[in-house]
Formats: sequence, C-alpha cells, structure tokens
Amino acid sequence: MIASNLPALQVVVPLISAPICAMLGRGRTAWVLTVAVSWTALAIAIALLIRVETGGVIDYEMGGWAAPWGIAYRIDYLNAFVLVIVAGIGAMVAPAALQGIATEIAPERQPRFFAAMLLALTGLLGITITGDAFNLYVFLEIASLASYALVAQGPDRRALMAAFQYLILGTIGATFILIGVGLLYMMTGTLNMADLAARLPAVAETRTIYAAFAFIIVGTGLKLALFPLHMWLPNAYAYAPGVVSAFMAATGTKVGVYMLARFVYTVFGAPFAFDTMPLGQILMPFALLGIVVGSLVAIFQDDIKRMLAYSSVAQIGYMALGISFASETGLIATIVHLFNHALMKGALFLALAAVSLRLGKTDLTAMRGLGRRMPLTMAAFVAAGLSLIGVPLTAGFVSKWYLVKAAIEAGLWPVAVVILGASLLAMIYVWRVVEVAYFRAPAANAPAAVEAPTTMLIPILILAGGGIYFGIDTEVTVGIARAAAMALLGTSP
Amino acid sequence: MSAEIVGAEGLTLAALLTPWIGAPLIWLARGNTNRREAVTLITAVVLVGLVLALYELVAAGARPTLTLVDPLPGLAIAFTVEPLGMLFALIASGLWLVTSVYSIGYMRGHHEENQTRFYIFFALALGATIGLAFSGNLLTLFIFYEALTLSTYPLVTHHGDEAARAGGRTYLGILLSTSIGFLLLAIIVTASYAGTLDFVPGGILAGTAPNWVLGVLLALYVFGIGKAAVMPFHRWLPAAMVAPTPVSALLHAVAVVKAGVFSVLKVVIYVFGIDLVAEIPMSHWLAYVAAATILIASIVALRKDNLKARLAYSTVSQLSYIVLGALLADSWGIVGGAMHIATHAFGKITLFFAAGAIYVASGRTRVSQLRGLGRAMPITMGAFLIGSLSIVGLPPFGGAWSKWFLLFGTLDAGQYVFMAVLLVSSLLNIFYLVSIPMRAFFSAPDPDLAGQGEAPPLCVAALVVTAAGCLALFLFPDALYRLLLPLVGL
Amino acid sequence: MAALGHFNYWVAIGLMMIGLYLVIARGNLVKKLVGLNIFQTAVFLLYISMGKVIGGTAPIFAEGFTLYTNPLPSVLILTAIVVSVATTAVGLAIIVRIREAYDSIEEDDILRRDEE
Repeated sequence: MIASNLPALQVVVPLISAPICAMLGRGRTAWVLTVAVSWTALAIAIALLIRVETGGVIDYEMGGWAAPWGIAYRIDYLNAFVLVIVAGIGAMVAPAALQGIATEIAPERQPRFFAAMLLALTGLLGITITGDAFNLYVFLEIASLASYALVAQGPDRRALMAAFQYLILGTIGATFILIGVGLLYMMTGTLNMADLAARLPAVAETRTIYAAFAFIIVGTGLKLALFPLHMWLPNAYAYAPGVVSAFMAATGTKVGVYMLARFVYTVFGAPFAFDTMPLGQILMPFALLGIVVGSLVAIFQDDIKRMLAYSSVAQIGYMALGISFASETGLIATIVHLFNHALMKGALFLALAAVSLRLGKTDLTAMRGLGRRMPLTMAAFVAAGLSLIGVPLTAGFVSKWYLVKAAIEAGLWPVAVVILGASLLAMIYVWRVVEVAYFRAPAANAPAAVEAPTTMLIPILILAGGGIYFGIDTEVTVGIARAAAMALLGTSP
Repeated sequence: MSAEIVGAEGLTLAALLTPWIGAPLIWLARGNTNRREAVTLITAVVLVGLVLALYELVAAGARPTLTLVDPLPGLAIAFTVEPLGMLFALIASGLWLVTSVYSIGYMRGHHEENQTRFYIFFALALGATIGLAFSGNLLTLFIFYEALTLSTYPLVTHHGDEAARAGGRTYLGILLSTSIGFLLLAIIVTASYAGTLDFVPGGILAGTAPNWVLGVLLALYVFGIGKAAVMPFHRWLPAAMVAPTPVSALLHAVAVVKAGVFSVLKVVIYVFGIDLVAEIPMSHWLAYVAAATILIASIVALRKDNLKARLAYSTVSQLSYIVLGALLADSWGIVGGAMHIATHAFGKITLFFAAGAIYVASGRTRVSQLRGLGRAMPITMGAFLIGSLSIVGLPPFGGAWSKWFLLFGTLDAGQYVFMAVLLVSSLLNIFYLVSIPMRAFFSAPDPDLAGQGEAPPLCVAALVVTAAGCLALFLFPDALYRLLLPLVGL
Repeated sequence: MAALGHFNYWVAIGLMMIGLYLVIARGNLVKKLVGLNIFQTAVFLLYISMGKVIGGTAPIFAEGFTLYTNPLPSVLILTAIVVSVATTAVGLAIIVRIREAYDSIEEDDILRRDEE
C-alpha cells in the first residue's frame, strides 16, 4: 500500500510533520523530526525515480478520483529528477540546520522555524510532482509563504523588508500564473496538464491563449528570478538566515525553471511557444542580460552572500538560455544544470552559513585568512567555486559544455562567446574570495574561528564532493537529462 | 609482440599515476625533511624509468592507448602515446629529476618556507604534464591543460606576499581567460563539426567546414593555447617570474610553456593535419603574428635589466619559433619545432638554474650586477655560456640542430621573410644572452665580489647536468630525429 | 455591444490595475498590502464570473433544475481566497515586525533608516 501511494506520501509526509514540528517544545526535537522527514522524502524521491526509469511515466490519482476531474500527479523523467534534487538538498540542509541557526534564531522559535522549512519542502515537492495546473498554484503559494516567513527570520533587520518585498513580488507572480491558468481553463475546460496539452492546439490561435501564455511566462519568470524580474532575489538571499539561503538558492529557483519548462514544453508545446509566440526571441535576450549583469554586479559586492545571490541570477540566466534554444542539447544543458547548480550553490551557501556561524558576518574583510582557520570549509568553497567557473572535471563544466554546444548547433556563435565570457567573470568574483581567504592574514581583532561543526561540515563536503564526482561520472545525470529532454520535445524513445 | 603491447598500456598507466601517488606520499613524509626530499626524488626516478621503458616501445612503433571514464557521453578521458608526447614526457620527467635535485639545494640554501607545499604541488604539476603529454583527444588535453594551470598557481604565488598575489593574478587571469574563452570554444566547435575529438594522424577536420571557419578555429586555438605565449597573450610569463627560481626553471622553461607549444603542435598535426593547415590562409597570418612575437620579445628582452625578466622574454621569443615551425606546415618546420622543444628546454633550464644559483650565492638579480662574476662563479657562468650558445643556435650545442631544421623549413616553404626573422632573432639573442657570460668573464670584477663563492653544490651539480645535456643533444641527435620522423609521415 | 456583455472582464481588469497601482505607488506598507489584496480579488472575480452560465442557477442540486452554473471556478477560488488570506496574514505579521524594528511603516523612512 505504501509503495503504490508513494507519490502522495512524497508530499503528505512533510506536510503532516510541519504542524507536529510546530507543536514540539524544543528546537532539538523539531530538528530530529525534520532530518528524519527530509531523509524519508529523499528516499521516496529516489524510489520514484527508479520506478520511472524502469516502468515509465507514473500516473497517480489523488484520492482515486479520475483525471481530468480529479487531481492527478504525473511523474516523468523531468519531475522525478527535480524531486530528487529538491529532496536531496533538503536532506543535506536539514542536518546542518540546527547548528546553522544556533546564533541566528532564538531557541523558542526554532520549532516553528523547522515547521516553516518543512512546509517549504512540501510546497516545492508538490509543485514538482503535480500534474494539475491549479494544484501547482496552490503548492506554489504554500512554498512561497513558507519562504517569506523563513526569509524574515534573518538576524539583520533588513531581512524584514527583504521578506516583504519578496512577498509582494512573489504574490504578484503567483497571481499572474493564476490568471494564466484561469484563462486556459476558460478556453479548454480542464486543469489537468496532460489534458490541457491535448486540448490546447484546437484553440491555440486565440488572443485568450496568447494572453494566458504571456501571464504564465511572466509569473514563472518572477518566481525563477529571470532578469529583469529578479529584484527580490539579492536581498532575500543576502539577509535570510544562512541555512535558509542555502536551501532556497539550491531549490526554489530550480523549481521555478522546472515550472517554466513544464508549461512551455508540456502544456503549450514547443511549436506553439517558439513558432506561434516569440518565446525564443524574448527569453534569450533576457537570459543573456541576466547572465552578464548578474556576473558583473557580483564582482563588485563586498558581502559574499550577496555576491553569490547575483551569481545565482547569472546561473538562472544559463538555465533560461538552455530553454530558449528549443533544442535537445539546450534542454539537456538546462536540466543537467538544475542538478549541478543545486550542488554548487548548496555547497557555497552552506559553507557561508558555517562562516557566519563562526564569525558572525560574511563580508570580504571578515574572510581574511580563513583558508587556514577553516581549511575544510574553504576547500569545499574553492571546489564549488571552480565548478561555478566551469573548470573541467567539475559538474559546472558539463553544463557549460552542453550550453555552448547548443549555442553552436543553433548557429549562435556570439551567444557561445557570452556564455564563456561569463565564466571568466565568475573566475573574477570567485578568485577574489580565494585570494582573501588564502593570501591575507586575519585582522588583529577578528574573532577566533575554528572549523565548522560536523553536522554542517559533512553536508558541505558531500555537496562539494558531489560537484566533482558528477563532473567525472556523468552517466546518471546526463542520461536522465537526455531522457527528460526527449520526452519534453516529444521525440521520446 | 602482444606481451609488449599489454606491457605498454600498463607502463602508460603507471607513468600517469606515479606523480599523483607521489604527492600524498610527500605529504605523509612531511615530518622529516630528508625523508620528504627522498620521496620526491624516488618518485621522479620511478617516473623517468617508466617513461624510458615506454620510449623503447614507442620508438619501435608501438602506440599504446588507454581509455578511462567518459565525463561526457561519447567523449572519454583517453590516452595515446605517440612520438611527440613521448618526447615531451621524456623531457619533462628527466628534467623533473634534475630540478628536484636543484630545488633541494635552492630551497634549503635560501631558507624558503612552506617547502612541503612546494614539493607536493610540483609533483601534481608534473602529473598534469604527463597526462597532457599522453592525451589522446582534445578533451583529455583540455582537462590536463587546466589542471596544469591550477596546480602551478600555488607554486607561482609561493611567497604569499603582495607581489606574488599580483603576479598570480596575471598568471591565472591570462591563462584561464584564454583557455576558457578561446580554447574551450574551439574544442566545442571542433566537436560539432568533426563529430569527434580524437587525435588522428592527418587530422579530423578535413572537409568538415568551409575554409574561413577553419581559419577562425585555428586562430582560436593558437590564441587560446595561452601557454604558448603568442603575443598579445604573453604577459603571464614575465608575471610568473615572482615564483622561486626552481619553479621558473622547470615550469616556465619546460613544463608549462612546452605544454603550450606541444598543444599547438598536436592541434596542427592531429586535429587539422599538416596539409589542411597549409591550405588555410589564416595560417599565414598567424605565422606573421608568431614572427612578430619572436622579434618584439627579443627587443624587449634586450632592454630588461632584471635577469629573470630577460630570460622570460627570451622564452616568449623562443616559443614562437616552435609556433612558427608548426604554422609553416612544412615537414622540416614541424620536426625543427619539435626538436626545439627538447633543445630549448635544456638550454633555458640551464640559464634559469644559473640565474637561481647566482641569486642564492650572491643575492644579485640584475644583469648590470653580474660584471666579473665569472671569476667567482666559473662553473655557473660557464654553464650560462653553454646555455646561451645553445639558444642562439651555434654548434656544438643542441640548439644548432633545431635552428637548422627551422631555417630549412622556411626555405623549403619559400618563406624568406621568416628566414630573415629567424636570423635576425639569432643575432639579437647574441646581444642579450651571450653578452651576459662574456661580461661576467671578461669585465673587471666589482670590489664587493671579493669572497664570493660558487652556488650550493646541489645547484651546481644540476647546472652541469643540463649543460652537458645541451652538448649531448648536439652530438647524439639521431634518436631524437628518428623518433620524430613519423610525425610528418616519414 | 459585445463590450458591454463582457463587463465582468472590464471590472476585473480595472480592479487589477488599481491594485497594482497601489502596490507600486504607495509607500505605506499596509496600503501596499491592500493593493495586493485588491489585485488578487480582481482575479477571483474574473474566475467566478467566467463560471456563470446564463440561465443557470446556483450549483446546488435541487428538484426541477437542469441548468447549473459551473461550480468548479467557485471551488478553485475558495482555495485561492484562503491563499490570499494567508498571504495577507504573513504580510501583516512582517509589517508588525518591521514596525517594531524601524518604528515606521513607510517605505521611504525605512530605506532611509537602513542607509544610516
């Protein structure tokens, strides 16, 4: 019975645990529950992925109500992969969370913090797994609301305005998606994604559907922080508690990219999106701008969390760029980068959370001489940084390779140059940190720093090590990405 | 014969792994400096032994191949040992042994810090070099090319001060920018057009793309392989002189710079194919850029008073000899260029060894301070003389052969302008290189030179070995020549 | 005349624009939140009004009626209203905390205080 209901359990387990967590008295107990739940969620996600690999697409009807009237969960290669990514990051961040928030969140509020994290996890998993457009909106709002609350927990009071700004922009984005879904429902009478895909071609050439498409793209763009709708991201990531930034940076925007891919390729279909509507021509310039502007602004940041936030804007640009090519190679690049970027940014932000725990701040001057005082943490930072630059034998190299290949296959040499140029910009901002950490002596009045606590160090090392392992053995990641890409483009095996 | 082939693959794998195994062993031995130095020397000796054994097989015609994982579907980390790579591996491993002896003398004589870190990254850099030498496709070459850049960064910035940091920044900045911006782009484009990245004699690009695309591609390769120091991407070489001299000697006379020109030769021979390069108009323009580099770098070298800076610009100039030889797409030019890898390596390393010996023994770094030093340090300056004569290309030193072949190549291709460039450059070499030992021996010594002795014995020993190597390359060029002939299909 | 028949769309769009304008143009945080609410309400009206079937009665089973208005949009909007209420609650909670931290709920004041 459990096996057949795994899709539901993927969402239900964290959902039910959240209020239980909130009712627990002590932060430590809540933490143990969170860790257990996140690892369970990962186990379920992996089981679902294996089932998709062996048995094909999984169709699950919630409550036994048949689609398209009931809510159906539909798991193919793409979702299964994103589920593993989200659950995996959750499983890595949860153990680190107890120590990570020790100096940032008061003990009496910690149970509710963990409850919010579980809700965010629920929402993200739900967005990924559902096959119903309105259900997607509901889970989107669950995840977003939990995220707003999480960001507002930051130690600096600027976290509050950051959370408020995020709330306003996020709600506008989600409401745009709601409008789009509503318009789609008006024209087709269904909310089930597969059913929409079947019914849309008949009504595709109407202004309503054009408007629906536009609303959904803009709404999703806000959620995934596509330039110029990225304004909420730098403040939110910079001021949120370290562990929250790690979690959000590695999952939130990935799910946003997933939503974009799902709507563009599955619901509307590539012919409509790219031939009837000029999605390629609109998405590509904004993606390129995001890449360039994000990288450039990152170079001038003194606060490293903010620098990584702008770096994320650039990396999201890469993923959007891959989608805009509308080719198999481009989609492989995007999907593989979902995984690789989650590894990289997860490691980087978690390492910074450890630094913040030990030093109290994360600006460039605080990080002087950190290479000697926190050697393993900084080694992981360097490894993940090299992956960000795209040095071969790291995961980032694989994504870059496919992205440049897609650009060349599309005949767009200038785009290839921009992609590689952004790697060089990444080199500049990553190396600033490396130089300061290894070449400068700590300031005289710097607080003494020791290595990160083990519960944080192990996830950091696993994530950084993963960034190298999956740069060498890419059979699993690229294999899944290729299968997912083919399914999205309709050229499935 | 099959037993030998199986042995060849095993030898290749062993040679590849030796430096990577040596590095952690050095770390483990860090407690006792003598034990640590012994580990380095033993690793180097083992490597030389393995490479020599491989040489026997490759000279007899074997081409062992080895395939490891596939980081990208369809593209493997693969190794193929062929004559050019064999030559490079021989030079690198042999000179690593000599440099290790020299380093021990230098680092101890100069009381340098962080010596363990130094020896570890030295081993890693050699590991990357051997991997590069034996690479069987462009992906593997790129991976080890980048690994070489990264593993040499801690060596360049060894002193950890402000100057080291700035030099390191230039070093890394230029090398990574060119490799990611140009070389990687060229590799991916090649993969798109040719469908493969394997090194195949005769090239993989013939007939796959219009000439102008191939021309752009060739330019991307030549400028993207920043380690070949073709202008204007040469600034990293003088910037790297902030490193301790053993680093400058092995890496910037041998490993890193030769990795650059080696890669250029590999691309010309095995990716484009010599005939294709001859057809593309862009090769001619790039040859002019190489010729300009030869001349401009020589002129700049003339004006440098800092000895290491002068040697750095001399290296920039000499590297473009090899690039020119490659771009001439002429058999003599290719053979001459490949031979120059060997002869220049021995000559330049002798010069750098001498510069380091002078610094350790007398604290002097400027050419103007070296008057009359020949009386106090006769062996060092004698070796310097031998090294500079080899670089100039005069018999009885090895450089004569490579220069002869290169000149012959320009004649054979009918490129008299380039022949003139080579001759003028040789003349300039005499002015800026040979003048140093001449002044050291024949000028009146400074009064504060009294009591100046020779360099530490290990340094002197290394100097003598490499100087003797210059001589040996002249007297016994046969093995080298016969090794290289298959490159041009002879 | 078709334009008048679609007056529900005009109302929805009008309210949407008013809501968005409030979000952007007003500095007071509570007013922003109110604007957001108006914006969301406009979307609700859009959905519910589109479910109306002319001549249909309320979607509750009863004897003698055969034509019913579409119940699905109303159901969806019930959920969306809950979401909107939750968003407003979180927003107000954040505003309370902002007031505690900054002693003001005017955006300009807050940004100015941050710069100091």
